[in-house]
Amino acid sequence: MNSTSRTSKKILLAIGVAATFFVYTFVLRGQRSGAIIAPTPLKGSTPAVSSSSTGSYKDGTYTGSVANAYYGNVQVQAVISGNKLTDVQFLQYPNDNPNSQYINQQATPYLKQEALQAQSAQVNGITGATLTSQAFTQSLSSALSQAKS
Amino acid sequence: MRRTALIMGMPVTIEVVGFTNAKAAITDTFAYFKEVDERYSTYKHDSEISCINRGLPEEQWSDEMRSVLHLCEETKRATGGYFDIEQPNGTWDPSGLVKGWAIQHAAERLSRRGVQNFYVEAGGDLQTSGVNADGKPWQIGVRNPANKHEIVKTIALTDGGVATSGTYVRGQHIYNPHRRSQKLTGVQSITVVGTNIYDADRFATAAFAMGPSGITFIEALPGFEGYMIDSSQTATLTSGFDRYVAHV
Repeated sequence: MNSTSRTSKKILLAIGVAATFFVYTFVLRGQRSGAIIAPTPLKGSTPAVSSSSTGSYKDGTYTGSVANAYYGNVQVQAVISGNKLTDVQFLQYPNDNPNSQYINQQATPYLKQEALQAQSAQVNGITGATLTSQAFTQSLSSALSQAKS
Repeated sequence: MRRTALIMGMPVTIEVVGFTNAKAAITDTFAYFKEVDERYSTYKHDSEISCINRGLPEEQWSDEMRSVLHLCEETKRATGGYFDIEQPNGTWDPSGLVKGWAIQHAAERLSRRGVQNFYVEAGGDLQTSGVNADGKPWQIGVRNPANKHEIVKTIALTDGGVATSGTYVRGQHIYNPHRRSQKLTGVQSITVVGTNIYDADRFATAAFAMGPSGITFIEALPGFEGYMIDSSQTATLTSGFDRYVAHV
């Protein structure tokens, strides 16, 4: 990679980070109390961590490290109450990147679209994204290590 | 026989149908995934990729690592730079390629053993061969990114690969701070299906990074079809996707 493209990449990255921060601060934070950051989809990842979390944590809210999840960063905040992990909130999530938020209808004028419909089919397997699970675990571990009494 | 193990920080599931020594075949496949993890995990301090990121001289890199890094470079070119293992801090993380590459190799190992019917899945990406235990094409559900307990499409596949890239995003719209009345939607996941998991995975990764135009990138890719889900719970399909859809 030549230095010009590296520099422009860095500038783009800086803009991305600033924009992400802006969206997070002014848009997401305002809706924090709503369902917007409900971590439901990643709950499957929680037990592995919470099994090591029984008992010995000090009550409080702890912010985990920023962990890279390939297209963006994951950062979580762990809430300890009654010495147990009671809540995990996302401070950063890859889709906070504004570049990936815009659907450009112009780009897909000729492709078929459909509304999602739940199916009850018997399947052998399920395809779905799990990419952020390692980053999630890493950020949460770092938050929990701060909560160790 | 079907077994799941936690490797590379994710569930790896192998199913083998109609093969006498299924257990040995599955054990060998898990061992292979563990080897891959030892070498390529950026989460392991002593993995070869971690050593390289700390400055291991190039002449000490393994041949396999060189070949994987070469594939990463090639994929970067093929995707107009959207697939890039270079992280913001300058280190390399080839995991966006290695998962699909490892599933592909695991599938080839099973074929070489003489296994004809199998399913190899690592963290939601998979390769199938032959038929399932009912003698039918493997039935693969596409998960709703907004609700992990829900399947929104079923793919029927004999020999092929399926990969999904995306994030499980809050099931809500995000607003443009400058124009709050205008609803914006974002890509939550893109599923790519085709002849092999290696290509399906790396192109799904790149397509997701492209945002909404990712689906047109898949549309232009011979041999691969895509199913993109956005946060308004709408799917966009490539023109040949229907041929993989199981009508349930």
